[in-house]
Amino acid sequence: MAIVPLNDAIRELVRDGDTVALEGFTHLIPHAAGHEIIRQGRRNLTLIRMTPDIVYDQMIGMGCARKLVFSWGGNPGVGSLHRLRDAVENGWPAPLEVEEHSHAGMAAAWAAGASNLPFGVLRGYRGGDLPARTRVARIACPFTGEELAAVPAHRPDAGIVHAQRADRLGNVQLWGILGVQKECVLASARSIVTVEEVVDELTPVPGAIVLPSWVVGAVCVAPRGAHPSYAHGYYDRDNDFYRAWDAISRDRDAFRAWMDEHVLGAVPA
Amino acid sequence: MTYTADEVMAVEAARRIGDGTVCFVGIGLPSLAANLARRTHAPRSVLVYESGTIGSKPYELPLSIGDGELAETADAVVTVPEMFAYWLQGGRIDVGFLGAAQIDRHGNLNSTVIGDYDRPAVRLPGGGGAPEIALGVRDVFVMLRHSRRAFVEKLDFTTSLGDHVRVVVTDLGVLEPRDGELALTQLHPGVDPERAREATGWDLRLARDVRETDPPTEDELHALRSLRTKGEA
Repeated sequence: MAIVPLNDAIRELVRDGDTVALEGFTHLIPHAAGHEIIRQGRRNLTLIRMTPDIVYDQMIGMGCARKLVFSWGGNPGVGSLHRLRDAVENGWPAPLEVEEHSHAGMAAAWAAGASNLPFGVLRGYRGGDLPARTRVARIACPFTGEELAAVPAHRPDAGIVHAQRADRLGNVQLWGILGVQKECVLASARSIVTVEEVVDELTPVPGAIVLPSWVVGAVCVAPRGAHPSYAHGYYDRDNDFYRAWDAISRDRDAFRAWMDEHVLGAVPA
Repeated sequence: MTYTADEVMAVEAARRIGDGTVCFVGIGLPSLAANLARRTHAPRSVLVYESGTIGSKPYELPLSIGDGELAETADAVVTVPEMFAYWLQGGRIDVGFLGAAQIDRHGNLNSTVIGDYDRPAVRLPGGGGAPEIALGVRDVFVMLRHSRRAFVEKLDFTTSLGDHVRVVVTDLGVLEPRDGELALTQLHPGVDPERAREATGWDLRLARDVRETDPPTEDELHALRSLRTKGEA
């Protein structure tokens, strides 16, 4: 697919009621795409993401989500995600259903989704109170009888990630901490990749991977589209903003005012 | 030299990391302790962060487990599914650090909710890597400040199991498993045993061989203070 404007891609590929994943493990978090979903007023989304981070705090606080599937919902090194907590603890701005997993379980669910398998298998979810509160089943190894955990595969309607760059044909190149970026794109029925820039040629970079254009639904140019997360080789993680978000997000009015100024008022939907 | 409670925690945890140990490191105090060990007595210890960086050697401490410097200084960077499947589940990690909001006498941890799960008083971040780290590494080190809110008779939610917890380093002392439950085995300099017992929500036993923690040395404190968190003045 050719390179298209982000607002067109979101309009076409993300629909009310969809199961949507915006992935990126600390690195390459697709904030620009999340903001466009907020501006277009998507509702009743089931949001999947290992670490909800600020991007889902914003989407949940703006009322986009009905359900959250996740494994660690904090502000790394800072504390709570206050909009996520307000939704779970007080139902503001709307009640939020929660399905929580461990990181290992989420990772297995992503690998299974990318592999077109119905579930992932791991030696996990042993004991404790989590198994009774989430979607997990015990299965026996058919060869040894060992008891293992099965987690349902992630198969989102739309998967969205950020990457460093694409070529003019829409082949995408990314490097640094790769998280579950590839799995998210391959497991999703529709996908969007935002990139820092479009280049004539994807020259080799150590540790880089390429997502061929034919597995990507839409490529959109979004410079600094991961901020306050980062794009390795382009800009650093904005740790000051992560710290500042604590105060902005703690108060409902301060949060709404910040979103009005920096997101809703930023670009026409 | 004078030192803070956090500093004695980091120093005491670092001393327990042998040279060449492969450590699964979280943010905050565990990252401080592991990096201190690597810069002092354990230069060949390997720091693994759950974002997929193996053998990270950060100049400054990261704020998140996925800061760019962790990848830039790593021996290898792997994907998150590979990290948890091949490396953690694969049995390649010796020591895993965990923190929590609550711990019980068996080293079980809660990082999920305070109060009822469906109507929580406080929704905590959740388990993250903890449930599988807790049973997938050889030795679990817990770092947690001592208080009755944290050291409880009964957890509100059991996020991870204590079977592999070998040591709990607090700001008052050290707890280790003795006769089936965590007992106080060390007190930091100047800490009265009654203070540790009062800060514990169960009837904390004192080990027969309870001893005083060696005070942090000048070298340890100097190395520790040269490690500052990225973005801090």
